[in-house]
Amino acid sequence: MTLTTRKFDALIVGAGGAGLRAALQLANADARVAVVSKVFPTRSHTVAAQGGVNAALANVLPDSWHWHMFDTVKGSDYLGDQDAIEYMCRAAPKVVYELEHFGVPFSRLEEGNIYQRAFGGQSQHFGKEQAARTCAAADRTGHAILHSLYQQNLRAHTHFFDEYFAIDLIKDDAGYVLGLVAFDILSGEPIAIEAKTTLIATGGAGQIFRTNTNALSNTGDGMAMALRAGVPLEDMEFVQFHPTGIAGRGMLITEGARGEGGFLINDQDERFMERYAPNAKDLASRDVVSRAIAIEVREGRGCGRNKDHVLLDLRHLGADTIMKKLPGIREVSMTFLGVDPIEEPIPVFPTCHYSMGGIPTNRDGQVVVPVKDTPEDPVPGLYAAGEAACVSVHGANRLGGNSLLDILVFGRAAANHILGFLKDNRHHRPLQQDSVDRALERLARWDRKGEGEAVEPLRRELRKVMEDHCGVFRTAEVMQEGVNRLHRLRERIDNAVIRDHSRTFNTARVEAMELENLMDCAMATIVSALGREESRGAHSRMDFTDRDDERWLRHSLYSLQDDAMDYKPVRTQPVTVESFPPKERVY
Amino acid sequence: MEFSIYRFNPETDSAPYMQDFTLGDDLVEPGMMLLDALLLLKEQDDSLSFRRSCQHGVCGSDGMNINGTNGLACIMPLKDLKTPIVLRPFPGMPVIRDLIVDMDNFYHQYREAEPWLVNDSPEPEVERLQSPEDRGQLDGLYECILCGCCSAACPSYWWNPDRFLGPAALLQAARFIQDSRDEATEHRLERLDDAYRLYRCHGIMNCTQVCPKGLNPAKAIGDIRRTMLKRSV
Repeated sequence: MTLTTRKFDALIVGAGGAGLRAALQLANADARVAVVSKVFPTRSHTVAAQGGVNAALANVLPDSWHWHMFDTVKGSDYLGDQDAIEYMCRAAPKVVYELEHFGVPFSRLEEGNIYQRAFGGQSQHFGKEQAARTCAAADRTGHAILHSLYQQNLRAHTHFFDEYFAIDLIKDDAGYVLGLVAFDILSGEPIAIEAKTTLIATGGAGQIFRTNTNALSNTGDGMAMALRAGVPLEDMEFVQFHPTGIAGRGMLITEGARGEGGFLINDQDERFMERYAPNAKDLASRDVVSRAIAIEVREGRGCGRNKDHVLLDLRHLGADTIMKKLPGIREVSMTFLGVDPIEEPIPVFPTCHYSMGGIPTNRDGQVVVPVKDTPEDPVPGLYAAGEAACVSVHGANRLGGNSLLDILVFGRAAANHILGFLKDNRHHRPLQQDSVDRALERLARWDRKGEGEAVEPLRRELRKVMEDHCGVFRTAEVMQEGVNRLHRLRERIDNAVIRDHSRTFNTARVEAMELENLMDCAMATIVSALGREESRGAHSRMDFTDRDDERWLRHSLYSLQDDAMDYKPVRTQPVTVESFPPKERVY
Repeated sequence: MEFSIYRFNPETDSAPYMQDFTLGDDLVEPGMMLLDALLLLKEQDDSLSFRRSCQHGVCGSDGMNINGTNGLACIMPLKDLKTPIVLRPFPGMPVIRDLIVDMDNFYHQYREAEPWLVNDSPEPEVERLQSPEDRGQLDGLYECILCGCCSAACPSYWWNPDRFLGPAALLQAARFIQDSRDEATEHRLERLDDAYRLYRCHGIMNCTQVCPKGLNPAKAIGDIRRTMLKRSV
């Protein structure tokens, strides 16, 4: 049987905001671009983003990109690369205006400008008064952006492979990435898609934790593909726990709820954030608020019968503000808890939300790996953007409203660099068959019949191990036990089987291959976390409680080969302005 | 808890059939949604096929026919459902397998509505202004998640899926007709002025009744008709 093969200039894996922003840039420049997505594009997880996208438009309060940059560097606990952060904050107003021109239905201020709200970790004048920097379409900003980007791509005639599952990258001996092997979920047929450039924009891996705000499809497929292609993952220990997931369920309640004036209370009706962050209070950055909630509960001041959560109180905002500015979270709260936030506070608890780490890239979106003495050597033809990537603008902790910004700025930047690459590389390089064969073997592996464990219980166990051994507070002993468990789990996954062997829309096979990807991402996360002997941003070690800039102001690099750790320096030098040196972080 | 679920695998089944499933009471937790139950049933039989992703009603993947009414499994509380819970794929759409339908025609009609902002005036360096009132016109229109519940509940769409755009696509058309920034209103209305594309809607309101986001496609269609009427006089 001959393998179906298609050829494009540029290939994009993943149809969330990063992938679609890049695709639009490429299609508008008349490149032949294809997008592969395992779900129909508007079902990608960008659709679930609520609160908004940060840009210093100064529509509500005075603002500047430089203040935005300061907040982002500080929020990152100084682990973010300052050249990339400067680039992002400078580009932010432009990409938001572009979105508006693409048709995004932003909420509006009286004068007709884009509505902006306050979010956590935002300040004016380098750490002074609260800023209002988050551009919002009610509390459905991700939906508004994703649908508009998809619509503009339809207009631009981008080619879509909807409901195709990417298996692995194709590489040649010279190190060029030549596209990938995927399969059509509908027919089960594999396909090789050749491309001069491949952009990974597959999002995060939130499903490695039991309680998370993520879609079931957020299984780190692109990160795992990169690992298997020999690319290490950067800073995977930094997993953001969002302070306000619905307690026990995980659905997201946007930080915008606190931005509009909501606050957290414990069982004594105390606004406890005043103790942890006297200035920013409930709008301190996410790592700080999540830790505060976890401490309140651990010290017995939690709410409810099991004292296992705190309450988010919005009642004082009034029905009008809640219905106009936060209609989506009211709907979620009523659906999943039967709680109307106009009348009752919402039970919340920190929930796995976002991967700060990912595939290492430079600010042009090129994937970079250490080669001999060079820590950041580009892999020719390979790009990454969005949550799948680590550029790194979020460092050890991402600010709310910076993820939608990240996907737009770096989706666009990667596309611009790709256009240059296409000029210099006019022809497809010959396909390397052994690389294709390896990917096909990975697919065929799940045709194996006979006895073996089923996929779903293994997935559940993996998520439990990560929650128990790599959660908000971490110690070497507990994590080492987690690593051991994951090693045993990895062997069991190698022997797992599925019972459904049909070709047509076989979701069992998709889930099995997602489990393999989750496994690699989970191992990357816990091994990196065990390696980092300090507390920084979202990574809190009970056995190393302080930040240690002397030893640990550097990025982690995890490789699949032998689960090995390596490190590289942080880019502390911005492009044009002066560096923000590490300082103690108070809010 | 008892379920009766539509099964069809084109590789092995000559005809579809209904299969009974039981979810042990020990597995049923308070506050559970239908999707949670389906995921547990899939553990019993990994060939049971359905789409799903976000689990909270924003991605629009898991639309299906639940006890005779179209809805999203992930926001459908189990406790509200009469047992046995009867699950079928969307009516009127070709079945690929089990609860998974072929939505190509649905997406085709969406594209036919040309759901993108058209504004060829010179771009300002900043945002185009839009008053809160004008922006308010888009509320109830832009939030559609393309789940398909409405079009798959519409008899006019069942009979003429190739010629009638259906409520979901018409809602999109209304969203751009209403947008004060869009300059293609005339073109949009012209494309819709057709006995089938728009006027096959007979106002039976099934679409509005089933919309899991509480949107009102029937009203949007009525508004397009009124705009059309105004234009012709």
